[in-house]
Amino acid sequence: MGKKLLLKNDHIPGINTLEVYRANGGYSVLEKALKTMSPDAIVEEVKKSGLRGRGGAGFPTGLKWSFLARPEGVPRYVVCNADESEPGTFKDRYLMERIPHLLVEGMIASSFALGARTSYIYIRGEYFYIARILEQAIDEAYKAGLLGKNIFGSGFDHDLYVHVGAGAYICGEETALLESLEGKRGNPRIKPPFPAVAGLYGCPTVVNNVETIAAVIPILEMGGEEYAKIGIGKSTGTKLISASGHINKPGVYEIELGLPVEEFIYSQEYCGGIKGGRKLKAVVAGGSSVPVLPADLILKTAGGEPRLMSYESLGEGGFATGTMLGSGGFIVMDEDTSIVKNLYTFARFYHHESCGQCSPCREGTGWMERILHKILDGHGTLKDIDLLWDIQSKIEGKTICPLGEAAAWPVAAAIRHFRSEFEEYVTHPERIRDIKHYYRLNASGVTAG
Amino acid sequence: MPKVTIDDIPIEVPEGTTILQAARMIGGDIVPPAMCYYSKLKTSGGYCRTCIVKVEQGSEKDPRPMPKPVASCRTTVMDGMVVRNITSVENLEARAGVVEFLLLNHPLDCPVCDQAGECDLQDLGYGHGAQETRNDFPRREFEPIDIGDKIKLHMNRCILCYRCVKVADQLTDGRCHGVLNRGEASEISTYIEKAIDNDFSGNVIDVCPVGALTDKTFRFKSRVWYTNPIDAHRDCPTCCGKVRLWNQGEEVLRVTARKDQWGEVQDNEDGSPAWICNTCRFEKKHINDWVIEGPSKISRHSVISANHYENALRNIKADTLKMMGAKPHGVKVELGTGALDPNNNK
Ligand SMILES: Cc1cc2nc3c(=O)[nH]c(=O)nc-3n(C[C@H](O)[C@H](O)[C@H](O)COP(=O)(O)O)c2cc1C
Ligand code: SF4
Ligand code: SF4
Ligand code: FES
Repeated sequence: MGKKLLLKNDHIPGINTLEVYRANGGYSVLEKALKTMSPDAIVEEVKKSGLRGRGGAGFPTGLKWSFLARPEGVPRYVVCNADESEPGTFKDRYLMERIPHLLVEGMIASSFALGARTSYIYIRGEYFYIARILEQAIDEAYKAGLLGKNIFGSGFDHDLYVHVGAGAYICGEETALLESLEGKRGNPRIKPPFPAVAGLYGCPTVVNNVETIAAVIPILEMGGEEYAKIGIGKSTGTKLISASGHINKPGVYEIELGLPVEEFIYSQEYCGGIKGGRKLKAVVAGGSSVPVLPADLILKTAGGEPRLMSYESLGEGGFATGTMLGSGGFIVMDEDTSIVKNLYTFARFYHHESCGQCSPCREGTGWMERILHKILDGHGTLKDIDLLWDIQSKIEGKTICPLGEAAAWPVAAAIRHFRSEFEEYVTHPERIRDIKHYYRLNASGVTAG
Repeated sequence: MPKVTIDDIPIEVPEGTTILQAARMIGGDIVPPAMCYYSKLKTSGGYCRTCIVKVEQGSEKDPRPMPKPVASCRTTVMDGMVVRNITSVENLEARAGVVEFLLLNHPLDCPVCDQAGECDLQDLGYGHGAQETRNDFPRREFEPIDIGDKIKLHMNRCILCYRCVKVADQLTDGRCHGVLNRGEASEISTYIEKAIDNDFSGNVIDVCPVGALTDKTFRFKSRVWYTNPIDAHRDCPTCCGKVRLWNQGEEVLRVTARKDQWGEVQDNEDGSPAWICNTCRFEKKHINDWVIEGPSKISRHSVISANHYENALRNIKADTLKMMGAKPHGVKVELGTGALDPNNNK
């Protein structure tokens, strides 16, 4: 069994209540921190832990915290990003639903470390029922004196609010999130300035993912150095993986970073192998925006090394033969999956979710979706495949926020690794119109890669 | 003062200057086109991405190149920065991509558009666009709407530059004009088609780079190139009263603010932008309302400018020289992988 830090108690009945959470050691880490540690010492532990942001980009959390501007007389804010909207990612939901107090405890500890009197959890609109769970946890915490004035007699005052978004993927981008939190249209801001200097209401702000904030508690419990011993290289600690697709046991798993991908997919402890004993075709390893990899490249790197679940190993080979750990949305596709259809689904999502501020993303995402729809309908041409490639290359890197890349990368990767499948669609439209093909791609003789 | 080099031309500029402003100080062909930035409107720019440039060296201290093209209108220069605009084929190709995106859903209804002849998108398409569209899908369509009784909005032509939104935010009170919906479905609108009830609302027409917001009192009266631009003023209690009349003989067909060479409203003596009020714009349509100063100097490269065709010819010559690998005026032409299409290369 791999080490569990975040989900070690998730099976305990009633762990969502303050009583059971405290009976299992909850809030003791916070108490110790508030009573015995200085804010800077906490930042130092987080730095030592090597923790990297779990929201997708993997930016070192301690470093981000140390960038926070601290001008005199200006409030600072901590904001938790619970917008979790990347297709294939559902780990924050699990964590908040099961152990809401772990997030609340993490928010108070992080806010103490960063000198924030007020903090916010921004949660996506579709998670309204989780917002209630969190609000209940916050209520309990206020009643027990864990929030409000003079927490644990330390002199530290703190207020924590839950803010429910209206359900927009783009509001997960940290500056769009801040706009939305301020009550404005959720458009990403043009950076610089970065939130660390001018964030919420123009004040210095740290935005972190739910899992990142929750991980602060085990880090403080065991010490940054001990935490850094878990994992591999610069991928320290444990990571929640949302496993979905054609596997026997979809769900949220906490893994030690560095676990071989093959073990994650096939062992009974995790995904339990491919459904129906079919063959693995491809994996999207880090949420819908990261490049898809065919079976051979996800199990082994181009150099023949076993691929590991870590930021570095998944990234090995760049986008030519590698991918990203992203937010840990692990989508498994078996041999019968149509990559073209899967890509269309993703493209439709990004088209729908573009905020529309910048021209390449606003116009390009819709265009790509329409071309994919045309190909899928059996009306595509070989030229359309090249056009798709060209459009994605003209979006990538030319937009205000990374949603442009999130839309471009899946298209590029699908064509890079599965071009023959696109060609099959445009050269043999009669096969796609065949109902058998619709359900089992292999019936038409299409093979992966 | 930081020193920046744009297309091999060095210039020293005040701290905080953007790359675009620095390029405008140099002037000429190296100035990136700007469709959404408007120096007179706070927080404008960054949206359209036509002004992108390649930063080959970030600064003296940190000489690493920037990993992605940057919006020159929103990126401040650093000492020792090296920027490439028209001397990077890669950059010109990226810009051609942006222009293609801007035109992707545009109706191309120039023959019936009042902006034709003074439209920034026409100029941009002429300078950077391709001959043919690669989009074979139906274009986005909206019904034209009235924003009050004097302004017409053709959303089909809008490039979502946000300039009118900034005018409404910064010049008029109340936040009733903005963007509705998201992504491709975004549209400029006032809340429930309400008029922006303010003396300065007409300025949204002047900042609009395309024919999306037009003056209803001028609608279909004349093609702009059949009118004579004349600078005139009046003693106006509301605004500066300094305007440009667009006449046919004695008849005043249209009144606008005076624009500078970048297509922006000129400054008053005190440095404030010379926005004009709705009374001057819509009500004063008689030549006797105005004190005439004389013919306007128009310096834009557009069809309304007399020497337009000469300019075009000169540009084609320069393009040809570039294609042949010659280096006119000592400008270094960086040869990339892409084709040097004269249409993409102005
Ligand atoms: C389009 C887009 C959507 C995003 N959605 C989320 C999200 O749902 N949750 C999240 O934590 N981060 C999301 N991010 C990343 C955030 O911008 C930000 O990097 C993150 O919240 C930082 O937290 P971390 O350092 O703890 O990972 C998104 C980024 C982009 C560009
Ligand atoms: S890349 Fe897309 S989502 Fe991001 S700011 Fe631009 S239009 Fe909006
Ligand atoms: S209506 Fe004109 S000014 Fe307003 S956003 Fe559209 S193009 Fe820009
Ligand atoms: S002018 Fe710079 S992005 Fe539009």
